[in-house]
Amino acid sequence: MAYSDKVIDHYENPRNVGVLDKTATDVGTGMVGAPACGDVMRLQIQVGDDGVIKDAKFKTYGCGSAIASSSLLTEWVKGKTLDEARQIKNSAIAEELALPPVKVHCSVLAEDAIKAAISDYQAKQPVD
Amino acid sequence: MKFPIYLDYSATTPVDPRVAEKMCDCLTLEGTFGNPASRSHAFGWSAEKLVDEARANVAALIGADPKEIVWTSGATESDNLAIKGAAHFYQKQGKHIVTLKTEHKAVLDTCRQLEREGFEVTYLDVLPNGLVDRDVFEAAIRPDTVVASVMHVNNEIGVIQDIAALGRICRERKVIFHVDAAQSPGKVPINLAELPVDLMSFSAHKIYGPKGIGALYVQRKPRVRLEAQMHGGGHERGLRSGTLPTHQIVGMGEAFRIASEEMAAENERILMLRNRLYDGLRDMEEVYVNGDLEHRIAGNLNISFNFVEGESLMMALKDMAVSSGSACTSASLEPSYVLRALGRPDELAHSSLRFTLGRFTTEEEIDHVLSQVRGQVERLRELSPLWDMYKEGIDLNSVEWVAH
Ligand SMILES: Cc1ncc(COP(=O)(O)O)c(C=O)c1O
Repeated sequence: MAYSDKVIDHYENPRNVGVLDKTATDVGTGMVGAPACGDVMRLQIQVGDDGVIKDAKFKTYGCGSAIASSSLLTEWVKGKTLDEARQIKNSAIAEELALPPVKVHCSVLAEDAIKAAISDYQAKQPVD
Repeated sequence: MKFPIYLDYSATTPVDPRVAEKMCDCLTLEGTFGNPASRSHAFGWSAEKLVDEARANVAALIGADPKEIVWTSGATESDNLAIKGAAHFYQKQGKHIVTLKTEHKAVLDTCRQLEREGFEVTYLDVLPNGLVDRDVFEAAIRPDTVVASVMHVNNEIGVIQDIAALGRICRERKVIFHVDAAQSPGKVPINLAELPVDLMSFSAHKIYGPKGIGALYVQRKPRVRLEAQMHGGGHERGLRSGTLPTHQIVGMGEAFRIASEEMAAENERILMLRNRLYDGLRDMEEVYVNGDLEHRIAGNLNISFNFVEGESLMMALKDMAVSSGSACTSASLEPSYVLRALGRPDELAHSSLRFTLGRFTTEEEIDHVLSQVRGQVERLRELSPLWDMYKEGIDLNSVEWVAH
């Protein structure tokens, strides 16, 4: 199977690899997938007082397309409001990376990861 | 060094130049292009002579009589002919078949087809080291069992089954014993004059011969009967009709002849290289060999790098051609059924790489592979949330994963 240039670029130079403090109230963490299925993504966002995502980090266990999907997603969500980030569709990721049909599930996982991170962040915020 | 480095000899091998040369002599007008079945002229006679020589060379490597060799298009066809042919021929005596879960698809899918035709098949589990337990095998044989099929060398993990012991059980219980030996000639000595085996499948392209040619050993004393699967001009004593492809057969014969002469020295050299590879990796954390290391061919190292996914690792290892049991390499998204049958957790199957070394592998190549693999496993572990969790001492089995 040949990989697209964009997948290779993200795979070889992944953006925003790392860890944010998962206990911090301004950080949301989403971890999706399972080792037995061959992919696990951990996506973290740090949200400013203005509701804009200031920083995003990821680590991914999975194939090259899974790593590229999560790397791309961290680039996309930075600077977006939570509402905007929630609108990101897996199809946009799949299209940008030119994922073949058997790899579309990697982009689905990335969409699930950002949604999970946003939910985690929101669950931490005091209800007013 | 030439890149990429080929380390997928169990998938297929390059044709040995000595083999290619012999094959080329059987194609053009100047060469031995005739139909070996042509009885009326010298073109046919000289082709037939080459086919006979090749048959003798194949038979010699495996301790068989040349009359026991039936040419086929490869091990897939040999497996089909053996299992379907024997099952159909002997079906009045029973309709039960015994095989292993770790067999090649050429055997498993043939058995599935027989199930659709009304046969019953028992797919046996193997031990965690990949070998079948003799007692489990014996217990699976029933009064209505007609055929048992067990592979000699496994294509993924390289383990060698005790064919002699299993064959003795089959003889006692009067069951036709078929062995898929696609991966073993030239790697493990085979002496069919003594082995209690009725049918054995071979392929040329795993032993430096061409693709598209193989053979089925059909024992003559006592005679094993088969129902032909291919009908036509009655070639190969009616067992497999079709004009014999002289160049392919000559290639297979030469490949087997070379193996007869060189296998001892070759396996020693390859084992030295395999050990060099394993020794260079075994001190890494969370590295597991899949399958028994003792009962294993020299050229196979199947190894799991926990917390790193196999396909992404292969993608990183651009300089080399290897294969993985990871799901992502197959359309089904299921990890290797062979590793699963060993009872390996799925994540270790996803993290596996198969290195298979061969005739043209060099020490320099292995050293390059070692430094690449070590570096890339480390890089990908830095990217892996599972590695982080492992380092924090979290038991990954206790985590509730959000499977998708
Ligand atoms: C164990 C085993 N059986 C059967 C086959 C099929 O052989 P062929 O490619 O000659 O049909 C292979 C090779 O892929 C194999 O490794």
